[in-house]
Amino acid sequence: MQQRLARGEAAALGELYDRFASLVHGLAHRVLDDEAAADSATREVFAYIWEHPRAFDPREGPMRAWVAALTQRTATAALRRQQQRDADPDSPEQAERFEEQVRAAAAAARADYIVTSMPSSLRAALELAYFERHDYRQAARTLGVTEDEARRRLRLGLQLLSSAMPRPALAPPGAEYRP
Amino acid sequence: MSRPPARPGPEQPAGPEPSGRAPATGTADTPPGPDEHRVLTSLLGAWALAACSAAETAAVETHLTDCAPCAEEALRLRDAVGLLHSEDSLDLDPMLRSRVLEGCLDRRPARIPMPAWAAPYDAETARLDALLRDMAEEEWRAPVQLRWFDGERQAARETTVAGVLGHLLAVDGLVATGIGLPDPLPSGALPTGPGAGPQARTEVYWALDDAGHRAQAARERWREQSHALIRDVSFLAAEDAGPGGEHAAPDRRVDYGGFTLPLRDAFLDRAFECWLHAGDVAQAVDYPYEPPGPAHLNQLVDLAARQLPGAIAARRRSGLAPPVRGLATAGAPGRTLHLEIEGSGGGDWYIPLDSPGTRASPERTVAHIALDDLEFCQLAAGHVPPLDAAAGQDGDPQAIQDVLYATASLSRL
Repeated sequence: MQQRLARGEAAALGELYDRFASLVHGLAHRVLDDEAAADSATREVFAYIWEHPRAFDPREGPMRAWVAALTQRTATAALRRQQQRDADPDSPEQAERFEEQVRAAAAAARADYIVTSMPSSLRAALELAYFERHDYRQAARTLGVTEDEARRRLRLGLQLLSSAMPRPALAPPGAEYRP
Repeated sequence: MSRPPARPGPEQPAGPEPSGRAPATGTADTPPGPDEHRVLTSLLGAWALAACSAAETAAVETHLTDCAPCAEEALRLRDAVGLLHSEDSLDLDPMLRSRVLEGCLDRRPARIPMPAWAAPYDAETARLDALLRDMAEEEWRAPVQLRWFDGERQAARETTVAGVLGHLLAVDGLVATGIGLPDPLPSGALPTGPGAGPQARTEVYWALDDAGHRAQAARERWREQSHALIRDVSFLAAEDAGPGGEHAAPDRRVDYGGFTLPLRDAFLDRAFECWLHAGDVAQAVDYPYEPPGPAHLNQLVDLAARQLPGAIAARRRSGLAPPVRGLATAGAPGRTLHLEIEGSGGGDWYIPLDSPGTRASPERTVAHIALDDLEFCQLAAGHVPPLDAAAGQDGDPQAIQDVLYATASLSRL
């Protein structure tokens, strides 16, 4: 993909969009909470990748993670620009509130990314417990696993998710996951 | 997704057990042993999600008051629950794709651009793919009615959403093999020659019993081929445009079994089919689906309009339409129908009525049809019986009938 982008193939640009547009737009929307602002951040992210096809280094991890990080930086920068337009220079409370808003938006975007990229067995367990309001015994039956395993998945899933928060993450015991 | 009302959980700690019995795993009076600690720790995730029994909730909460590491983890896990979030914008605006890609290409022009006549296929396959992304397992088996006009009457064929994808894959395969990509059908499965058209290919593909028919696999095979088509045709067009290009890509022809189409028209034809079948799929799963953007819609209308003289002639040859009145001279201006397509994808087309070899001439207009762009496409797809099309008409009734029937006859399975 990267070589095809560097070669300037319009078809590769289309494939790049098809692969990552929903990730990019979803994360940008989570940070900016506004459809038009998310559209514009999406344009910015894809334009950056297209103009800098060598910026991604495959030795540093999967492209998906890199695109997610780029999106978060782009969207956060857009949020800060938006805040600067609305800023009252004499209000330290507002500055503090804006800072908190950026922190929360960044954590939310990291959490979304973690949920989409965690093993699907963990995601399924969390979704049953959270959205379907299954208790862990019902979740175990739905998933066809032991109750022990259902408890383990819920705990491990939340541990992964907690690494999105600014405080140092818990080390999930035996987790095969590197954020 | 929305959450049903909360049941008692960590935010609203459950009261003591009504029976007053001590929870199974230790009480505040007798500190839990290492085993109980292990069990209670394993419950922390379920506790944070309010997904354990009242007794377990009480036991965990008692434990948290005198176990600092567990209390710290419990707090973090409960905060993490606050980050869970339903996906609130599943649907990307389908028009965002072209805006984003245009923005990119303005900043850095492509060295291998996509031919303008391949752009509708690129956009329509991307839109269908987005529709399929969140399709649930059972939706892939939803029944779909494929409808067309067989020259004399409406025809229909029952399949499933996965079957529609197989149909698109098998017929796109004509174009794929035409530009040197592998055939999605196994070699030897098909007769060669006029029998090997879209319908035969589809029947052969549907009769294969393999995993490729099912859900996710059907989507992946179709998507992989459509990406490969766009990629390879871009290179082909770039080579043809370069020095020493002997065949211009648009003049290459794709064999459809009984007839051939220039490569550029084959790509427009596949874009048209992709859009209409995406509409069939969307209808089957009760989902809204928009028409293509105006510039693309105009290219698709133009393809159908350009095919009309040949379709009129074919109907005359097979006796489905009365023979032409009087002698037509090739190259000379002949009797003409003014086809006025309204709407954002519309325009004016002048259709020669006497034979494909005569020239259309606005001065020799004997009839006029006015039709909405989407209605015209529905007619060309065979979804509307020719005489039911909501068309404004004026002039020679036979000419009008010939053109409406010829338009519907462009459709096929």
